Amino acid sequence: MSFDIIKYPDKRLKQISVPVDVFDFKLQGFVTELEKTMRAGPGGVGIAAPQVGCFQRIVIVDVSGMRKLPANSSNKGCMVLINPEIIEWDGMVMGREGCMSVPDFTGNVIRAEKIAFTAFDAQGTQYEFNSEGYEARAVQHEVDHLDGMLFLDRLVSRRTDLFKRKVYKQIKESSLPGEG
Amino acid sequence: MNKHWYMITLVGKDRPGIVAHVTHALYEGSCHLGETSMMRLGTSFTMMMMVQYAGTMNALQKVLQGEAESLDFHLHIDSIEGGLHHHHQPDVRISIYGADRPGIVAHATGVLSEAGLDILDLTSDVGGTEDAPIYIVRIEGRANEGTVALQSALAIIKKEGVETQLTPVDTLVG
Repeated sequence: MSFDIIKYPDKRLKQISVPVDVFDFKLQGFVTELEKTMRAGPGGVGIAAPQVGCFQRIVIVDVSGMRKLPANSSNKGCMVLINPEIIEWDGMVMGREGCMSVPDFTGNVIRAEKIAFTAFDAQGTQYEFNSEGYEARAVQHEVDHLDGMLFLDRLVSRRTDLFKRKVYKQIKESSLPGEG
Repeated sequence: MNKHWYMITLVGKDRPGIVAHVTHALYEGSCHLGETSMMRLGTSFTMMMMVQYAGTMNALQKVLQGEAESLDFHLHIDSIEGGLHHHHQPDVRISIYGADRPGIVAHATGVLSEAGLDILDLTSDVGGTEDAPIYIVRIEGRANEGTVALQSALAIIKKEGVETQLTPVDTLVG
């Protein structure tokens, strides 16, 4: 059995989820069903509990099944992240995102290139992780759901990209005087 | 009455408030907006709007005629097949830039088209200074014959003295 996905404009997707404080069989059973739901979706590399109507801070990310995982992406396999907290952000990169809760639309979003984050597993043990590239993007996308944020809240203009920033960075790195 | 899809094109000198005036007139005229593209190009403001409307093209023309005349905008309407939810997802992003000269877009898109590029979105800008302008093209599209073919095409384009960059677009679905 897998859950039904809540789709925007369902307002529940905009609410903030609460931390998990009981790590029991019920939680583990829910995580199993949540993972089945993620895998039932086409191309889904992550899912957050609010997408199935459970407003607790639980996400799953797994980029390992991607046909062409970009070379700069970390790949830790299936990560069950409970009460995840991103503690470090590094770099910025634009990428295209879609969402099972927002069918038939994708858009460009700027995310941190590398992140460090902590999370508990389904048994209640806390870990610290580092992710980069596509996997880091997936974690940020899913953690956003826990705070009632959709990728629609972070879309960048079709005329915006990192072109100017990259040029500036190159100039800075080669010690030429920059704008200012 | 059945609703029809129309493509409305409006072009004129840019000033604040154009979008609000035009879309208000459409709303008052019982038009329903579909996908649109509205942007300032040079000193002009350009609007292309898919609009669903129950009346004839002449009736739609009348809905906007007054607003277009008061803004001194050129108005053009086409009847289109329309339809929403037909998005094509890009799998490649390409940027091309270099010293401005005629033919950059024509040459680049010609070579890229032969290499299988289906352009979904292209914007270009002129930056730099009036003495030394630079031309900047940004494209999102689909690599129907793979990215290796496009990289080879970009190598040809680069020989013309422009810089090129190809970035695969891997759409995340979360």
